[in-house]
Amino acid sequence: MASYDYEGASTGYDESSATHRGGSQPPSSGQDLGYDPNFVPDSVKSFVVHLYRHIREKNVYEIHQMYETSFQTLSERLFKDTPWPSVDAVAPYVDNDHVFCLLYREMWFRHLYARLTPTLKQRIDSWDNYISLFQVVLHGVVNMQLPNQWLWDMVDEFVYQFQSFCQYRAKMKNKTDQEISLLKQFDQAWNVYGVLNFLQALVEKSMIIQILERENEGLERFTATDGYDYDGGSNVLKVLGYFSMVGLLRVHCLLGDYNTGLQRLLPIDISQQGVYTIVIGSHITTIYHYGFANLMLRRYTDAIREFNKILLYILKTKHYHQKSPQYEQILKKNEQMYALLATCLSLCPRVNLVEETINVQLREKYGEKMSRMQRYDDEAFAIYDELFSYACPKFITPSAPSFEEPLVNYNQDAYRLQLKLFLYEVKQQQLLTGVRTFLKVYSTISLGKLASYMEVDEPTLRTILLTYKHKTHAVDSDGKIVSNADVDFYIDDDMIFVVDSKPAKRHGDLFLRQIVKFEGLMNDLERVKPEKLEKPEKLEAGSRS
Amino acid sequence: MGREKDVVVPMTKQAAPPQPVAQMVEQLLAVNPYNPEILSELENYVNEEVSSQTYSLDANLCLLRFYQFEPERMSIQIVARILVKALMAMPAPDFSLCLFLIPERVQMEEQLKTLIVLSHYLETGRFRQFWDEAAKSRHIVEAVPGFEQAIQAYAINVLSLTYQKVPRSVLAEAINIEGLSLDKFLEHHVANSGWLLEKSHGKGQLIVLPRNAINHPEPEKSTADAIPLEHVARLLPIFG
Repeated sequence: MASYDYEGASTGYDESSATHRGGSQPPSSGQDLGYDPNFVPDSVKSFVVHLYRHIREKNVYEIHQMYETSFQTLSERLFKDTPWPSVDAVAPYVDNDHVFCLLYREMWFRHLYARLTPTLKQRIDSWDNYISLFQVVLHGVVNMQLPNQWLWDMVDEFVYQFQSFCQYRAKMKNKTDQEISLLKQFDQAWNVYGVLNFLQALVEKSMIIQILERENEGLERFTATDGYDYDGGSNVLKVLGYFSMVGLLRVHCLLGDYNTGLQRLLPIDISQQGVYTIVIGSHITTIYHYGFANLMLRRYTDAIREFNKILLYILKTKHYHQKSPQYEQILKKNEQMYALLATCLSLCPRVNLVEETINVQLREKYGEKMSRMQRYDDEAFAIYDELFSYACPKFITPSAPSFEEPLVNYNQDAYRLQLKLFLYEVKQQQLLTGVRTFLKVYSTISLGKLASYMEVDEPTLRTILLTYKHKTHAVDSDGKIVSNADVDFYIDDDMIFVVDSKPAKRHGDLFLRQIVKFEGLMNDLERVKPEKLEKPEKLEAGSRS
Repeated sequence: MGREKDVVVPMTKQAAPPQPVAQMVEQLLAVNPYNPEILSELENYVNEEVSSQTYSLDANLCLLRFYQFEPERMSIQIVARILVKALMAMPAPDFSLCLFLIPERVQMEEQLKTLIVLSHYLETGRFRQFWDEAAKSRHIVEAVPGFEQAIQAYAINVLSLTYQKVPRSVLAEAINIEGLSLDKFLEHHVANSGWLLEKSHGKGQLIVLPRNAINHPEPEKSTADAIPLEHVARLLPIFG
């Protein structure tokens, strides 16, 4: 049996002399009997030869086809539950090209992570491969033009594998001695400083922030060309740098550092289309994390607006992605964002910011839960807990474990902390729903009367009203206070004056739509008229106005 | 859509760091956001913030991030100082932003537990409890100059979002100043911040707080139902 074991990346994987130390490692989980890493089926030969050629010829269209379609088809047909052939086995077909081999391995690992469970050794090797690949890109020696989808996938997968590594490492309880010694030996692999510094280096070296600024001044084209370089240069560093800003947003969210995450995203203007919206995965990742960070920062309306926009976009376009390998992921994030939207709206009922179509979907999915979330009993908390746990990012503890006995699992710590702090916030807002209900039915009410309705004393009511004001006013990124309130009020001595902003009913829109609809209906009716009747009708054409 | 409700209220803030130090820190953060070698410089900077009554959230978050990455280097003293400064930055959510980065077992430390309770009182408008609790923990908060004034500024801020006219007793409780000192305090604000004093119907003094967009909301203009011309134009062919 051929035991699959590839060389440590640091020794240079493009050297065909790389030796295989068969049997020295525990078998990888993806290693079925009968899988020979050195066997290269003809279809794979042809795949790498063509892909290599298209990359050299900078044929982005063909690269994209092969990357998105052929790779998936072959994986489905030949490598459903085994890895692709080893890079050493395919290297001879691509002139042992160093960069191509790095790209091939990047896909190789991505496929492995998606379909099998990587071993610790494989995780470490994948890290080494990313480092080699990024270093090649950072030193400016690549002259390729790669599809945005692929470049996004690299950044996305890099962050995913980091997250996955942290989760894996934090489950210390059932680690073997060998795993522990590997963890100690390769303590730089997926080190949080390394991950952040590589992403940051890509952002800085690519000068992407300056490029975007210059584009705003009309001095440069980036978004206008979808990030591609039509002047013979390479798009790889620029676009990797661009997506790395989204990568940093995500990493910081995974760490609970929402403010820094949003700061890293600032150079991208999310109120507009951009390169980030070209790739659906990047679009969703950006808005999901942006929205989540704003939810945690209590800037609910910012979160609601952007969730509304992207959910509408997904609703309208998801059928285009049905065959995409990302389709399942799109649907999952879609559902999670509905859960987050339901959470935001329960804390900040600005339903008028949500389009009717999205609102209908939301009611269908979470209508019943949302009405229970208004109650603020234990059951309501359980639902906040449930939605948060379902929809939050996979938080990570970035520090290395303590290797001292007894070994304990700490993979849930980060998640539990964020959940606890979030529910604490929910609890602080627990009396606001009650106030809201009363404010909606009065235009003026005395403090004494409201206090007796709410069954609290007057000083307590005053604190509740202060809390309402504090929690419904957020501090935006410029340090200004903005109102998120759906119902607002002010107090004069001991009288409350309510300023209700009733959701504006859009009669105008409704009539516009109905008129157009009616006209369409009339046209349809005219078309289905039997032949005989059509003639006299036609004579009258133009008389109906 | 929706933007019409965003209103802006000016807010008193802790001063930004003085020029040379600010530039040094800004530079440090810009060049080394993920380089733990600047950890001790950031720690010194927290002490500098305390003594010079300045504040940089970014620098403090960066330090907490390094502590998160290397828990063995964490100093509880420094963390406590950061949290006190974050309380002073209310109504900004800085305190929560810091807590998100501090492991739960560290939050169990007595000092930090006290600060979390204090934050809870401020977040829920319970100023009386806040000042009582703060009085019991003098050693923590008195070590940071400007603490009282910063909290008073926050209290006045949230009061002026809520009240057009606030009873003297409610103000007194929120800022923890009474009697003659309060008279002086009011005099100062009448002279400098546009406050007015009024007699309430029989029950004592009322303070008229300066107008802002939130305590004097404009009635909403009903522009929402306007139809843009181009939409109507699209109907013209139908009407023939």
